[in-house]
Amino acid sequence: MAAPRAGWQSATLRDKRTETDRAATLHLLTDAWPGHRAGQHVDVRLTAEDGYQAQRSYSIASPPEDDGDVALTVERLDDGEVSPYLVDEMAPGDMCELRGPIGGWFVWDADDGGPLLLVGGGSGVVPLMSMLRHRAALHSGVPARLLLSARSLDDVLYADELHGLDAGDDELDVSITLTRTAPPDWPGYARRVDRPMLEEVAWPAADRPRVYVCGPTPFVESVAAGLVDLGHDAGLVKTERFGATGS
Amino acid sequence: MERLDGNAAAGLLQEVFAREMTTAMETCASCGNEAVVATTHVYMGDIGTVLRCPTCEQVLMTIVHVREELHVDLSGVRRIDLR
Repeated sequence: MAAPRAGWQSATLRDKRTETDRAATLHLLTDAWPGHRAGQHVDVRLTAEDGYQAQRSYSIASPPEDDGDVALTVERLDDGEVSPYLVDEMAPGDMCELRGPIGGWFVWDADDGGPLLLVGGGSGVVPLMSMLRHRAALHSGVPARLLLSARSLDDVLYADELHGLDAGDDELDVSITLTRTAPPDWPGYARRVDRPMLEEVAWPAADRPRVYVCGPTPFVESVAAGLVDLGHDAGLVKTERFGATGS
Repeated sequence: MERLDGNAAAGLLQEVFAREMTTAMETCASCGNEAVVATTHVYMGDIGTVLRCPTCEQVLMTIVHVREELHVDLSGVRRIDLR
């Protein structure tokens, strides 16, 4: 007999909030959540009535300080097997299986210090948001900058919360770039992240910021290469790639 | 198939090694370069997952699913340092 596949536990959807037309945040309750670190993810597994199983990884959006439930922000992939169910159909009280928290490399603890440079493409901002919420929950004064790339203003995750965090914190700067459509009066960037943008937004390489880049593979590789080009130590640039969802 | 990185395989690796593996260091049997598991190149398909050396692209590890079984081939890894 095969060994049971380890580590899965059942989770119940407590609450779901719409973030954008394509994304929702799911608040999941488990019997035994061991706590997590900012930047970690979970694996979610769905089982159909005929026994067919599908699983995907989703980043945790909530900070370690939220001990009630674990929040995942999920973006719908129209041809996806898991995300359309999570975003559109799963209702409070419904259950899924969850494994995690997972990962110990793409994580930031406030004790790690900074300065902190976070660069997110599309839903790649989710684990970075956990870091910013962690930073805010601890009133950490670590200087932090976030550069978020989204297709349009409607696709920007956590827009109101980011605006509030940015406005109330002299040590935090949030920059947004819109890659497809921008309002005529848009004050931010309106192009793909490029070297001049990184040069403007990032800390000078000499400040040796801790860098976290998350997004679709081409986004992550272009940003990481740009930063190393600007003199950033590749060992301080941590990257996490996920399947293409557009940024 | 889209190239991901070792973070994407973290849950599966945790299942195989029963510990957090993305911070571990792997030494490629082909080119001898060391890479943190999180930075390895990962390809995930329906039947299995392949980890490749980020320096020379040779296969480090394959993990194949057959029903409830996992088959792990580590022949491309010279050593693993856990940390």
